[in-house]
Amino acid sequence: MSKMHLKLKVNGEEKELLAEPRELLIHVLRERLDITGPHIGCETSHCGACTLEMNGKSVKSCTVFAAQANGAEITTIEGLAEPGTMNVLQNAFREHHGLQCGFCTPGMITRAHRLLQEIPNPTEEEVRHGMAGNLCRCTGYQNIVKSILAAASEMNAAKEAAE
Amino acid sequence: MNDLTPTSEERSAKLKGLGHSRKRVEDARFTQGKGNYVDDIKLPGMLFGDFVRSPYAHARVKSINVEAALALPGVIAVLTAKDLEPLNLHWMPTLAGDKQMVLADGKVLFQGQEVAFVIAEDRYINADAIDLVEVEYEELPVITDPFKAMEPDAVVLREDLAGQTTGAHGERRHHNHIFLWESGDKEATEDVINSADVVAEEMVYYHRTHPCPLETCGSVASMDKVNGKLTVWGTFQAPHVVRTVASLLSGIEEHNIRIVSPDIGGGFGNKVGVYPGYVCSIVASIVTGKPVKWVEDRMDNLMATAFARDYWMKGKISATKDGKITGLQCHVTADHGAFDACADPTKFPAGFMNICTGSYDIPVAYLGVDGVYTNKAPGGVAYRCSFRVTEAAYFIERMIEVLAIELGMDAAELRAKNFIRKDQFPYQSALGWEYDSGDYHTAWTKALNAVGYKDLRKEQSERVAAFNRGETRSLLGIGLCHFTEIVGAGPVKNCDILGMGMFDSCEIRIHPTGSAIARLGTISQGQGHATTFAQILASEIGLPADSITIEEGDTDTAPYGLGTYGSRSTPVAGAAAAMAGRKIRAKAQMIAAYLLEVHDNDVEWDIDRFAVKGAPEKFKTMAEIAYASYNQAVPGVEPGLEAVSYYDPPNMTYPFGAYVCVMEIDVDTGVHEIRQFYALDDCGTRINPMIIEGQVHGGLTEALAIAMGQEIAYDEIGNVKTGTLMDFFIPTAWETPHYTTDFTETPSPHHPIGAKGVGESPNVGGVPAFSNAVHDAFRAFGLRHAHMPHDQWRIWKIANDLGMHG
Repeated sequence: MSKMHLKLKVNGEEKELLAEPRELLIHVLRERLDITGPHIGCETSHCGACTLEMNGKSVKSCTVFAAQANGAEITTIEGLAEPGTMNVLQNAFREHHGLQCGFCTPGMITRAHRLLQEIPNPTEEEVRHGMAGNLCRCTGYQNIVKSILAAASEMNAAKEAAE
Repeated sequence: MNDLTPTSEERSAKLKGLGHSRKRVEDARFTQGKGNYVDDIKLPGMLFGDFVRSPYAHARVKSINVEAALALPGVIAVLTAKDLEPLNLHWMPTLAGDKQMVLADGKVLFQGQEVAFVIAEDRYINADAIDLVEVEYEELPVITDPFKAMEPDAVVLREDLAGQTTGAHGERRHHNHIFLWESGDKEATEDVINSADVVAEEMVYYHRTHPCPLETCGSVASMDKVNGKLTVWGTFQAPHVVRTVASLLSGIEEHNIRIVSPDIGGGFGNKVGVYPGYVCSIVASIVTGKPVKWVEDRMDNLMATAFARDYWMKGKISATKDGKITGLQCHVTADHGAFDACADPTKFPAGFMNICTGSYDIPVAYLGVDGVYTNKAPGGVAYRCSFRVTEAAYFIERMIEVLAIELGMDAAELRAKNFIRKDQFPYQSALGWEYDSGDYHTAWTKALNAVGYKDLRKEQSERVAAFNRGETRSLLGIGLCHFTEIVGAGPVKNCDILGMGMFDSCEIRIHPTGSAIARLGTISQGQGHATTFAQILASEIGLPADSITIEEGDTDTAPYGLGTYGSRSTPVAGAAAAMAGRKIRAKAQMIAAYLLEVHDNDVEWDIDRFAVKGAPEKFKTMAEIAYASYNQAVPGVEPGLEAVSYYDPPNMTYPFGAYVCVMEIDVDTGVHEIRQFYALDDCGTRINPMIIEGQVHGGLTEALAIAMGQEIAYDEIGNVKTGTLMDFFIPTAWETPHYTTDFTETPSPHHPIGAKGVGESPNVGGVPAFSNAVHDAFRAFGLRHAHMPHDQWRIWKIANDLGMHG
C-alpha cells in the first residue's frame, strides 16, 4: 500500500514520517514514535484509554487515521509536564488515589486537562459528565472526580494569587 | 535524650508502616505515561501474531487453506492444529484438569475459538492475512443452555471424550457432563427441610459475565536460540505457575524459561488462565527465531478469554416459624462452556461455592454442583472474587430475602437472628470450613444505624402508600447484604493449582546503608503491592517504607509463588513478608546485642531499633545494624542481612462486610438511581486505609455493572451478543454513584499481622446489595425473585409482569 508523507507536531516536537492511509493515529504514536502513554483498550472509541489532545480538542486516537492528523498539533500525557515532573493534575491523582492499575490514567488525565480548560471551575456533576468518555475498571471514579476537583481548586487558587 | 530526640510516635510515623495512608509509589510512572505494559514492549525484529477465529459456535472444520495468506508480502507463517500436533501442542491442559484446543482440531466449539495463528511483520498485514485464510466449516447443532445440554439426545460436544465416563473430578453421567461435586450431608439436610415449619425455594441465576480489565490479554515471546533461553512477557496473574506449565508443555528446562509480568492493566481474574495466544506466541517465536507479540482486541477478549459466573443455583432454605434457619440445600447447574478451564484449586472444581451458608449459623446443609459443557467460551474465572465466592454470597443473600418474604419478616431482623455469634468463632460451618474470626452483629448494627434503617423503612411504606394512591410512580428499594468471604488460598494440604501448593513467598535483602529490596511471588495488577508490602515490612523491620523497593513478576529474580487472585496476596504473600521480616529481626537482634555488648536476650525491639532492656538510650537502629552486618565480624553470625520465607497459611481468612444500597426506581421506565450506598468492610488489620477505600470503590462499581446490566449473552445459535463495549455494560463516571465507606476491625487470629484481604469483598457483597435493592422495591407488590442483570428493560418488565403498568 502506498504511503503518505505526514507531518505532526507531537508534544512540541516536529515529526515527519511515512504511513499508510489506513494507519490509526494511536498505532503511529505507539509503534513508530514510541509514545506509549496513550493505551489501546477497545479500538472502538468507547474506553478512552487512547485519549489525547489534537488541535486543542480531546480525541480518541484509536479512531482517528494518522492521515487526518497531518499538520496537527498533538499533546499526549508525555507532553503535559516536563519529563520527570508532574503537573497539578498528575499530582492530584497521586494525592487522592485517583488511579490503580494505571492503564486508563494517561487518557483520563489528558482528558481532565482539557476539561479544566473548557470548564475551569467545574461542579462534581460537570466533572462526571465531562469524564464520561473515559472508562476506569479499578477506581469506581470517586477518587478520580476528587482528584480533578482538587486540581481545579488548586489551579484556580494559583490563578487568583497571580492576578 | 533531649528535645531533638524523636518521640516513639515520630519514629513510627517516619516508617509509614501499617495503618498509614501512604501515597502510592507506583503513581509517579503511571501518571506520567511511563508504565510498561505488555503492548508497550518492543523488541528488535518483533513480529505480530493473531488469530483466525471461528464465526460459528459449533462446526466441523472441513479444511483450512492458508496459501493466499502466505502469498501476502510480510506474512511469515500461518500455524494450524496440524503444525502444532507434532509438538503435542495442538491441545493444552486446563487448570481444571480438562484439556483445551490451542487451535481448532477437527471442530470448533464456541464462537471466537482460535482456528489458525497468523504471524506477520506488522498488525495491519496480519489483519489482511487473517481475511485471506479460507476455512471451510460444516455447521453442527448448537447448545447454549446447560439444561438442554444434559438432555439424553443432546448433540455430543466433546467428541474427544467419547467413552470417558470418568473425568478429573469423578464420574461423568452424560456425554456433556463434566462432574458432580458435593459437599455436606444430603440426607440429613433433606430430612430437616422436609419436616420444617417454613421452606423457601428459589432458582437463582447468576448470569455469565466477564472481568474485562481495561488492558486485554497479551504476550511477547522471545526465544534466544543462541543461549537456549525463552523469555515471555505477558499478562500473567501467576507468572511462576506459567513458567512451570510452559516448561512441562514445551520440554524446555524450567531454568531456561523466564516469565515476566510487567505492569498489568487490571486483571480481576481474566489473567489467571493460560490461553492459546500465549502458547502460539511461544511456538511462533521458537519457529521463527524472532520475538512474537500477541495482543487481544476487545472483542477477542470478551468472546474468548475467561468468562465468569454462569451458575444456575436452585435452593431450598428452611426455618422455624419465628425465623431460625434450620437447613440449606443448593444444587448448581454450572455452565462451563466448551472446555473446563475454570481457575480453581485442583480439589475444588466448583471453587469455594460451599461457603454458601454465608454469615449464618446453619446447622445442616448440602451443596451439589453439576458442571456441564455447552457451546460457549471456556473460563469460569473468579471475577474479582475468591473462587465462586460471589456466586455463593449472591445465592445465600437472595435466599435470605426470599425466606424473609415467606416468613413475613424484616430481612435485616432475619439476618441478625441467624448470624454466627462472636463467641462461636472459630466457627465450623456445616459445609466444612473453619471461619477464623468475625463480629457480624456489631458490623450489622453499625451499618443499619449509619443509614437510618428504621426511618428508611418508614419512608418506604409511605412511598408504597403514595404509589397506591397514584401520587408517585417511583419506588424505594433498600438493598441489604451481609457477606462472608473466604480468601487467601490456601493451605498446601488442600489447595494446589496443577499440583503446586498454594503457598507464597517473600525474599528480603537489606542493603548496607539501611535500605532494602523485597521480592514476592505475587504480582500487582493495580492493588498497589509496591506500596503496601513495603508498609508491612516497615513495621516488621523498622526501615522506612520509602526505603524499601518491592519487586514482583520476574521469575528469574522473584521467589516462587502462586500469584495474585482470590484476594490471596495480603493473606499469603503479606504473611510471608511479615515472617521474612521477623527472620531479619531475629538476626538483627544478635548483631545489636553484640554491638551493645550485652546478651541477645537483654535487648528488645522498639519500632526501628534494638535497645538495651531498661536502658532505652542504649540502642542500635536497624540502619546501624544493617551497616554492621556488612562490615563487622560478629562471632557465630554470617555476614549480610537477608531472609526468605515461604508461607503456608494454616487456614483461609474470612473477611466480611455489611452493605446497604438505597435505590429509587421509576416503574414506567425501569430507570434506577442510587441514592445512597453504604459499605462497611472488615478485612482484619488495615494496612493502608487509602488503598482499602480505593479497592472498595472499584469493587462496588464492578458489582454495580454486574447487577445492573453487564452480561455475556448468547443467542440460540451461539452468537455472542455483547462482544464490544457498546453492548457490554461498563459504568462511566456519570452512572456511578458516590459511596460511603466504613469499617470494623476484627483481626485474623492466624495471620501474622491479622490481615484478611479486601480487594474482592466489594464485588462479593456489592452484587447482592444492588440486586436486593431492586427486589426490595417491588416486594410490597409481590415480587419474589427476578434474574439479573437488572437493566432498564428487565426492571420495566418486573413492573409490567406485576401488572403495575395498568
